Amino acid sequence: MSDHLPILLIVLPLIAAPLCVLVGNRKVAYVVALAAAWCTFAIALTLITQVTRSGPIHYNIGDWAPPYGIEYVVDSFSGFVMLFVAGIGALVLSYAPPSIKAEIPQSKHYLFYATYMLCMTGLLGICATGDLFNVFVFLEISSLSSYALISLGRSRRAPLAALQYLILGSIGATFILIGIGLLYQMTGTLNMADIASRLDTHHGPRTMLVSFAFLTVGLCIKMAVFPLHRWLPGAYTYAPSVVTCFIAATSTKVSVYAFARVVFGIFTPDFAFEQLSLNTGLMILALIGIFGTSITAIFQDNVKRMLAFSSVAQIGYMLLGISMANQSGLTAGIIHMFNHALIKGGLFMVAGCFALRLGSVNLSDWQGAGRTMPWTSFAWVVGGLGLIGVPLTAGFVSKWLLLTAAVQSELWPVAVLMLLSSLLALVYIWRVVESLYFAETSQRAADAVDAPLQMLVPTYILIGAILVFGVWTTYPFDLASEAASTLLGAPTP
Amino acid sequence: MIVDPPPGMLMIVGAILIPLLGRFQAYGALALASLSLLLFYNTPIGTSGQVELFGASLEMVRIDSLSRIFGFVFHLAAILAAIYALHVRDTRQHIAGLIYAGAAIGACCAGDLITLFVYWELTAISSVFLIWASDNERSYRAGMRYLIIQVGSGVLLLSGTVLQYVETGSLSFADMTTVDSSAISAAWGLTPAATLILIAFGIKCAFPLLHNWLQDSYPESTPTGTVFLSAFTTKLAVYSLIRGFAGFEPLIWIGCVMTLFPIVFAVIENDLRRVLSYSLNNQLGFMVVGIGIGTELAINGAVAHAFCHIIYKSLLFMSMGAVLYRVGTIKATELGGLHKSMPLTTIFCLIGAGAISGFPLLSGFISKSMILSAAAEQHQLIVWLVLLVASAGVMEHSGIKIPFFAFFAHDSGKRVPEAPWNMLTAMGIAALACVALGIAYPLLYRMLPYDVEYHPYTVTHVVTQLQLLMFAALAFVVLMQTGLYPAEHRATNLDTDWVYRRALPKLVGVVRTSVQTVDRAMRQNTVAFLQRAVTAGSRELSETGTLGRTWSTNSMAFWATLLLALCLLMYYF
Repeated sequence: MSDHLPILLIVLPLIAAPLCVLVGNRKVAYVVALAAAWCTFAIALTLITQVTRSGPIHYNIGDWAPPYGIEYVVDSFSGFVMLFVAGIGALVLSYAPPSIKAEIPQSKHYLFYATYMLCMTGLLGICATGDLFNVFVFLEISSLSSYALISLGRSRRAPLAALQYLILGSIGATFILIGIGLLYQMTGTLNMADIASRLDTHHGPRTMLVSFAFLTVGLCIKMAVFPLHRWLPGAYTYAPSVVTCFIAATSTKVSVYAFARVVFGIFTPDFAFEQLSLNTGLMILALIGIFGTSITAIFQDNVKRMLAFSSVAQIGYMLLGISMANQSGLTAGIIHMFNHALIKGGLFMVAGCFALRLGSVNLSDWQGAGRTMPWTSFAWVVGGLGLIGVPLTAGFVSKWLLLTAAVQSELWPVAVLMLLSSLLALVYIWRVVESLYFAETSQRAADAVDAPLQMLVPTYILIGAILVFGVWTTYPFDLASEAASTLLGAPTP
Repeated sequence: MIVDPPPGMLMIVGAILIPLLGRFQAYGALALASLSLLLFYNTPIGTSGQVELFGASLEMVRIDSLSRIFGFVFHLAAILAAIYALHVRDTRQHIAGLIYAGAAIGACCAGDLITLFVYWELTAISSVFLIWASDNERSYRAGMRYLIIQVGSGVLLLSGTVLQYVETGSLSFADMTTVDSSAISAAWGLTPAATLILIAFGIKCAFPLLHNWLQDSYPESTPTGTVFLSAFTTKLAVYSLIRGFAGFEPLIWIGCVMTLFPIVFAVIENDLRRVLSYSLNNQLGFMVVGIGIGTELAINGAVAHAFCHIIYKSLLFMSMGAVLYRVGTIKATELGGLHKSMPLTTIFCLIGAGAISGFPLLSGFISKSMILSAAAEQHQLIVWLVLLVASAGVMEHSGIKIPFFAFFAHDSGKRVPEAPWNMLTAMGIAALACVALGIAYPLLYRMLPYDVEYHPYTVTHVVTQLQLLMFAALAFVVLMQTGLYPAEHRATNLDTDWVYRRALPKLVGVVRTSVQTVDRAMRQNTVAFLQRAVTAGSRELSETGTLGRTWSTNSMAFWATLLLALCLLMYYF
């Protein structure tokens, strides 16, 4: 049984999805989905423990040997990403019922759970698989289900936002598929490790360049790298709160994972960064993105939109770490994926609580809610401190590691700009805190009460995790640095 | 083995439970502070709390004689302030005060820069709530400015720490003035890392031109809040300077400027709590000079002065707080004659004023004279003279002006009840401590970091000091009688020492005014520019603006294609 855990991780939510549709009852569907989500998390936890104890796990589907059959690989990098994707997925689902009851018509609830499970399958699949075409398939599963989830939003803009995301996402997926196709044409294989060993990065044909360009741009769209991020604010803003929590915390991170795998695992950093100087381009885009979107975030009145812009900025930090292409930079980037998933997930969950009670995510309606919704508001403060990177929160750990990495790589301007940009986060987080605690109470806030426990408890678990991993840094740090050395070392055999 | 909790941690953690105590919150705060002192007293000298944090090793607790004496006096100040605040029914203030004091105590026992930074930021974040507790627009804005500056100092400290870590691989918080030849040394003998850290400390220590936050924010806090504020932030900076930059010569001159320029402002200021803030700045100057000299005597002097200063400055702020609490204003022009209705407060205030002026038999005398002697021993004539002038200035504004305008002067006709019992108790204890330290000074000297044979009560010291004080008093009387105070034109003829007592500060004042004018003009332009930028920003970046609104799908597709083309181009060439 335990040998089959890697495939169970994918199959469990995949089966749960049609099961939800078949039962057709929203309550039963919820129980099925919730059970599947927590089991998935337990499996992910077991897997990562196994990996840390005895090294990467390779699983051949149907016992077909790798280059011919599909191989699943769980190493410390993929295991780490799967762990928080599954964890946050399960947590958000536990939090979901009151919120979706308010935001989604009841007749669609069981479909919502089914789609949610599919989305989770896709995201986990991207991490687990060692087959490049499989990556594309899972990417499409997760993307298509996200389009559907986003279009469930109450606002009439939600379908439009979903459509925009669909078009952009499809362009990205097409690019990725073209890239994969070109690679397949050159090497005749789809197994990532196999491609890497057959690809002559020094004297290869020009096709390789074209394929790499398609893959990078395609993945950049999925990661929402500035200036290809425009689909993201709309999608995050108009999606139902629960969907935003899940997608914002996991989806872009998984794309970053796929990007790192492609760059480091297949094309090697030597090719991407030394020969093609992709790192300079990435770094510039990341920095412009960080500043551009952080400043934009300051001027948003819609809190979800503000957080969405801030997400784009945070992706910039991850890319900064990755583009340094050394052990410390990569570790910082990976650990920031994890920390930001916690922080942004937590903040969006708080926003969801406010949306439920106040019926709005506009800052003007949140004014004075600190007095009537003290617990929810306090969760925002803690999460916000994490986003700013105040010590004792997880955000500080990433900030510290990124800074040290930048200084070690002697990227002085980057280090200075990074410090400055964290002050921008202070501004937009503070605007909300000021509204909550120091402004005149708005009409909506005056009548509100704290969010129900079913939402508050998961929110506080995630917010608490921000504090826990701000102090207990060894666990994520060891995983991330292990992951970084896996990426930098020879491609996994 | 049960590990001792890090010093101060009890107060920080305990503060979270304060809201549960209902009516007894204030007593809970006092109990926590006292308990923490007891624990601290029993914590042995040594280091503990080693933690491995992403490759670097931290040492969360390091207690030696230096941190011990600071931790001790911080505890005392916290207890005094807690007694003083016993009547307050404001959960926010109790929590903020406890966390603030706990963080300061933790910081002075931090063995590495990261831990220091954590506590450093915690003092900033917690203390701002004491300013906001006044609950008015002014205090909100002042608190905001205060927070930005304090967090800025933290960011500098963090940057310095990162640099230090990358350069040396060590995070330990130790002397930073010694530069090995291999390091990139700047013109003034500090590595870039140390320079950044020095600026961070300098902001908290209110170095000249970095000092404005102090006078800006402290007077805006609540009566009880200011007592907390006056004790910790700046003295924490003094501690950090001693730890990191003892004997760094430029500090002598920085300190000299610090002792002088606040005098002018203190004399002309009307808000008595702001006067005290200026005088706080001036007292810090003495300590910074001591740190800059860096001999064992000078360091001892700086530490002793910090110790005494915390107590008498708290006492003065407490007495002014009591006046504010009863009368409702603290403007010199609206006060006067309060000695009739608040006799005890008057006496305590006079003791505090005597201590800060350095009257023999009071605490200021035994600590300040150490710094003066240290300057004399090093044959720093100018420094010695500056300190002497400054001492006279202290007498002028804190020793005489504060009690005179509040309790004597023309009778304002205000009849108020005496301060509440808890305020009187706190002031009484502080006043007693001032006297006790002045007489039983060996007790304090024994706790100092270095063993130094020093006797403050020599004939020369006493006579010099008394002469100085008498002259200052005389000047004040003459000025008051001729109706010239605080205008000071004719005062230059009075005596030769008047020249450097008044003219020099005046010169500094003139320079400052011109700097301020330029600064104001620049600031106005900057503000106008910023305002334009903000309007433009909110127009362009908001949900309906060009950059903030949802783009059309084809423009997004266009960007994707463009980037692909760029990528291909870049890869090809």
